[in-house]
Amino acid sequence: MKTVVLSCFLILVSCFLAEARTIVVCSDCKVKQLTAALDIAADYDTILLKKGTYLSVNTEIKKQVVIIGEGYPVIDGQEKDEVLVVLSDNVVISGLWIKNSKRGSMKDYAGIRVNEAKNVKIINCKLENTFFGIYLSKSQNCLIANNHSKGANYGKSDTGNGIHLWKCDSVKIENNQMEGHRDGMYFEFAHFCLIEKNLCERNYRYGLHFMFSDDDVYRNNTFQNNGTGVAVMYTKNVEMYDNTFQNNWGDAAYGLLLKDISNSIIERNTFTNNTVGVTMEGSNMITFSKNNFTSNGYALKVMANCIRDTFMYNNFTANTFDAATNGELRENSFMYNYWDKYEGYDLNRDKIGDVPFRPVSLYSMIIEQMPYAVMLLRSFTVEILNRAEKSIPGIVPETFQDYAPMMKPNTL
Amino acid sequence: MFKIAKYVVYDILRSKVLIAYSLFLLLVSFSLFSMEENSSKSLISLMSVVMIIVPLVSIIFSTTYFYNAYQFIELLVAQPISRSSILLGEFIGVSLSLLTALFAGVGIPILIYSPDATGLVLMISGFALTLSFISLAFFSSVAMRDKAKGIGMSLMLWFYFSVIYDGLVLGILFSFNEYPLEKAVIALASFNPIDLGRIIILMKMDISALMGLTGAVYKQFFGSNFGIIYSLIIMLFWIILPLLFALHIFKKKNL
Repeated sequence: MKTVVLSCFLILVSCFLAEARTIVVCSDCKVKQLTAALDIAADYDTILLKKGTYLSVNTEIKKQVVIIGEGYPVIDGQEKDEVLVVLSDNVVISGLWIKNSKRGSMKDYAGIRVNEAKNVKIINCKLENTFFGIYLSKSQNCLIANNHSKGANYGKSDTGNGIHLWKCDSVKIENNQMEGHRDGMYFEFAHFCLIEKNLCERNYRYGLHFMFSDDDVYRNNTFQNNGTGVAVMYTKNVEMYDNTFQNNWGDAAYGLLLKDISNSIIERNTFTNNTVGVTMEGSNMITFSKNNFTSNGYALKVMANCIRDTFMYNNFTANTFDAATNGELRENSFMYNYWDKYEGYDLNRDKIGDVPFRPVSLYSMIIEQMPYAVMLLRSFTVEILNRAEKSIPGIVPETFQDYAPMMKPNTL
Repeated sequence: MFKIAKYVVYDILRSKVLIAYSLFLLLVSFSLFSMEENSSKSLISLMSVVMIIVPLVSIIFSTTYFYNAYQFIELLVAQPISRSSILLGEFIGVSLSLLTALFAGVGIPILIYSPDATGLVLMISGFALTLSFISLAFFSSVAMRDKAKGIGMSLMLWFYFSVIYDGLVLGILFSFNEYPLEKAVIALASFNPIDLGRIIILMKMDISALMGLTGAVYKQFFGSNFGIIYSLIIMLFWIILPLLFALHIFKKKNL
């Protein structure tokens, strides 16, 4: 009994001794600068920044501190270097307004850089005129949430990425808004991440771009009005649910480009008003289900090097072309999709059309080979050719067909 | 000239064919607009109808009208009226009546359901197509003395412009696929009023699929102000040139 009481007492005392301090920083306080606060802070201290402007050129955070901003204090990098660099684990940065990092082509200057750290949280921050927004390298178990980053308007070559992950693991990115960057989010070697409820719009290149980032999950994100949409490459085990890809216009724009992606699930996403909804190249074993493709130029472009992909329960409505390809598809299956261009019948009333549907029209094959033939879009002759091909198929790839097309749109 | 045009309009209004034509267009447009909630989608369908029906009706109606009014024209020639004002009077009369019919059949529904730039362009190219096919009809009916031959030629002209020409274009594009065809393609479009009209309309609505590298060429050209003026001038050529040929033949013709 005595030992228990003693040990309780000891624990209490040790708690007291280890109590974290709060350092208040403001223009009238004892501590006037963030850098000064960091110098006197110990691990587990809280630095509270009051409203105001604080200079911060390449400020390195080497202690496990919590930095909280009140009323969005401005942290100004004056375009001299990076603004904040986190080098310690368990750092929390919250409620800051990070401004003006340097731009450069030799080094990726960032608003907030996290280097080789664990459990770092960056929440509720605003970033403005930074080259890269939030840059994580070799970090694990971090959280990036509720941030809003607006890149500098210097054009494509002179902006960095909104959120950039390099060799990271288990990072959660949610509720962020990225605009005016080169890529809204860019991941390289980022594994087991969860990307949720983000909005990437008006970025110069891609809304989302990743390579070699296996086992990531994307949910409820919106990618819109980006220069060339979303491009993802060389990755396996990607899961995308309930995302929206819309209004990606342009010569080479697409909603989602999949290049060498395998073993992935793409479910309940919406593709609206893109030049091409989904482009697939060398992508294998992908399951597309319950997606909505509406008002795209092409809903799907599936190249002949895609193998064993499954398309089920998707809706294709009001697209100029439902699908295009450049050869015979191997082992891909299309089932139970709804195509608004389907003209078949359903005699046994099981809501599944009795004749297969071929989404690739002769004309889309022609355009694929002779792009100039786009001049004849919607002409009477093209209509006649398509009809003729439909009644006696000869040129259109035989394997590209939905064997059980739905009569009514699938409810998603 | 305008007096003749007035009589022609009266004559055509009595014949009821025109009323049927305009009622048909009205029915088609209203059903297309009420079937789709998305007005741009129904505009696309309406465009397909306009691009086929309007040239066909314009050319056949004008040709048959011209042959039916042959005796009236012979009578007029006996009067002290110049031959060019007789032909122009006929042309203006037929054009006015067909344009009114088109406006009633397609223009009014567009103004009700989709009064935007796309609808306006569709209307304008419909008008231009009507005029150029009336002009072509006058050419063929002046060139051929025999009614059957004249109507046959009109039909052939329509068939050529709406089907054969595009087939030829496909053939040309296929044979010269390896070459840069940007300018050639624009020239090819100029040689067919139907293609030209369609491309102008598509520039306004179906842009997404027209994009891509080549689509960009079209957009850059036909989407620009210069392109619009260019296409309007070419359309004007398609109205004036056949009519000039018709005038030339009609003046010298032994009736």
